[in-house]
Amino acid sequence: MKAIKKIVSRTVVMPTTDIDTDQIIPARFLTTTSREGLGRFAFNDLRRDADGNDNEGFVLNRPETRGCNVLVAGNNFGCGSSREHAPWALLDYGFKAVISTEIADIFKNNSLKNGLVPVVVTADVHQNLLARPGTEVAIDIETQTLTIDDGTSIEFPMDGFARYCLLQGVDQLGFIRQQIAAIESFEEQRPWTP
Amino acid sequence: MHQSKPGTLFDKVWNDHVVVAESADTPAILYIDLHIIHEVTTPQAFSLLREKGLPVRRTDLILATMDHSTPTTPVTTFKDLEVAGEGAARQVRQMEENCREFGIELLGFESINRGIVHVIGPELGATQPGKTIVCGDSHTSTHGALGALAFGIGTTEVGHVLATQCLLQRKPKTLEISVSGTLARGVTAKDLVLAIIGKIGVDGGTEHVIEYRGDAISSLDMDARMTVCNMSIEAGARAGMIAPDETTYEFLSGRPRAPQGADWDKAVARWAQLRSDDGAHFDRSVSLSASELSPMVTYGTNPGMVIGVNDAVPDRTSDPSFRKALDYMQIAAGKPMTEYDVDVVFVGSCTNSRLTDLQEAADIVKGRQVAAGVRMLVVPGSQQIKKDAEALGLDRVFTAAGAEWREAGCSMCIGMNGDTVARGQLSVSTSNRNFEGRQGVGSRTVLASPMTAAASAIRGKVADPRPYLQD
Ligand code: SF4
Repeated sequence: MKAIKKIVSRTVVMPTTDIDTDQIIPARFLTTTSREGLGRFAFNDLRRDADGNDNEGFVLNRPETRGCNVLVAGNNFGCGSSREHAPWALLDYGFKAVISTEIADIFKNNSLKNGLVPVVVTADVHQNLLARPGTEVAIDIETQTLTIDDGTSIEFPMDGFARYCLLQGVDQLGFIRQQIAAIESFEEQRPWTP
Repeated sequence: MHQSKPGTLFDKVWNDHVVVAESADTPAILYIDLHIIHEVTTPQAFSLLREKGLPVRRTDLILATMDHSTPTTPVTTFKDLEVAGEGAARQVRQMEENCREFGIELLGFESINRGIVHVIGPELGATQPGKTIVCGDSHTSTHGALGALAFGIGTTEVGHVLATQCLLQRKPKTLEISVSGTLARGVTAKDLVLAIIGKIGVDGGTEHVIEYRGDAISSLDMDARMTVCNMSIEAGARAGMIAPDETTYEFLSGRPRAPQGADWDKAVARWAQLRSDDGAHFDRSVSLSASELSPMVTYGTNPGMVIGVNDAVPDRTSDPSFRKALDYMQIAAGKPMTEYDVDVVFVGSCTNSRLTDLQEAADIVKGRQVAAGVRMLVVPGSQQIKKDAEALGLDRVFTAAGAEWREAGCSMCIGMNGDTVARGQLSVSTSNRNFEGRQGVGSRTVLASPMTAAASAIRGKVADPRPYLQD
C-alpha cells in the first residue's frame, strides 16, 4: 500500500442510506481472480441500464462529478457482504475517501487495508456535505481533520494504528510476521489442540 | 481461563486467543483456530503469498470447499462447470490449483462433505465452542451458534491468516440480546432473527459482537440457532454467539472432526466454562419476547425492512431511501405482502438449507402442487444434507410438487452460478439478503422462513404458512 497523507478533492454525493456492497459491486463481477480493473464495475447496476447504457440520472454519469475523488454517502455505507472487491472497485474508479455518518465494520477494515480512507462525521457535518455536492474538501490524515470549503474544520475518529499504516504505507502482513516468535510460543503453550 | 472479574462468553473466547495484547497504538494479534476458505474471496490472497514467496502456515487448520460459483447441477467433468459461466468455472479451477499448490485438502466435487462453507463447518464438527473461526465471508457469524467467536474478513486478511494463522484486531464491543418466551407453531428462528433486525436496525449491531440469550434461544435446536447467528451480520454485527449447552454437545458428539474419547470429555469440561458470568458487563442490552411473533417477511431492499406477514407495509415515503426501496420492489405502502404474486421460491442458503429447514418446507409442500407459473428451487446446504434428505424422501416430496431439487451450493442466494431470478420477478427466498439485484439484476426479493416460502409456492402469492401446517 502506498503512503497517503492528504486528500484534496471535490465531493460526489449519494444520499441513499444503507448502500450495501452488492450495490457497490454486484456479485456477478466477483468471479475474477484478480484485484485489478474493477473500477468499471463500480455501482454497475445503478450506473447502467439493462442494455448496458449509462443511466443519465445516476450521479457518476454527470460530467461535473468527473475527477471527484471523495464520496459522501448516506448512513451505514458498505453494509452486507465482506467482499474486498468493493473497496478495490471504488479505488480503481478513482475514489480515495468515503464520508458518512456510519461505515460498516468489515468494509471499513477492508478499505483501510487498501488505502481508501473512511471518514465518519456527525449528522450536521453530513447534512452540510449532502446539501452541497461538489464541495471542495481536504482530508488530512496526520491531523485527522476534514476541512470543508466553507471554512468548517472538524476532527474525525481514526484508529491510531490504521492512521499510522496509512501515513507510512505499512505492510500489515510484515507487521504480524515480526511477531512470529510470539505466535510460535502461543501455539506451543495453548492448553488445547484445535 | 482465570477471570478476575465476571466476563462475557465473548470476553473468554477473545482472551484465550490473544497472542499479543492490544495497546493504544496497535491492535491485538489474535490467533485463529479454524480458517474456512472458498473460491470467491481467496484467489488474490494466494497470489499475495506467491508474490512474497510465503507458504501457508497451518494447512491443518483450514477447511476448504467450493460453494459460491459452483453449479447446482451435477459436476463430473470440466464441461459441467461451464453452466455456471466462464468466469465461475475459471474461479473454481483456480481454487483447485491453489489448494493443490499450497498443500490444502479441498472438499471438492467428488466429496460428500462439499457444501456451503457455513453449513459444512458445523456438520463436520470442525466448528466447536470456544474456537476463533474466520472466513472471507460475512456470514461466518453462523458458527457462533456453537459458542465460537466467528466473523467475516476481507481478502487481505485471508492472506494474513494463511501466512501467519493470525489477525490484527481491535476488541469489539458486546451487545446482549435476550429473548424470552417461546415461538408459536409456524413461527421459526428465521422469523425471530428478522424481527430482531427489524427492531435494532441494519446498523444496530455495528462494531459489536452479539450474544443471544434467554429461554427462547436455549430452547432452539442447533439448526435454528445457526439461522439466528447467521443473520447477525444483517444487523451490522461482527459476530453472533450462543453459549454452548447440552444441545450443542449432543449435536457435536460423534462428528468426524469433533474430539473423540477422552479428548471429548476434556473438551466438554472446557466448553462448560464458556458462558457469560453473572454480572458480566455488556456494552448494550436489548430484550424482546418471542411469544407474540408472527411469521415475518421483508418488503424492501434491506433485511431491516420487515413486517409480520399479514401486516400492511408501513408508509414512510417521506424518506427518499425508503421510497427508493419501495419503487425498486414495486410494492405499495399500506397493503400487506400477501397481495403480491410470486414468481420464484428459493429454499436454500447458509441461513436455511439444513435438514430441519428442508423438512419444514417439505411438510408444507407434501401432497400439494406448486402454483402454476411459480418456479420453486430447493438447494440443500451440503451434499451430506442432500443425501440425508433423500433418505427421508424429501426430494420426492419436492419434485412431486413440481419443485426442482439440486446439488449443494449458494445458488440463488447470490446468483453467481447461473441460478438467478430474472429482472422484475418477485422471489420469496429463505436466504439472508434482499439487496437490490442480489438474486440477479432487477430481482425483487422477499426474505422469509422455509415454511413461509413453501406456503407461498403453493399459494402463488406471499402466504402466511400457518393455515398450511399439516400434521
Ligand atoms: S449461501 Fe449466500 S450468504 Fe451464505 S455463504 Fe453462500 S452466498 Fe454467502
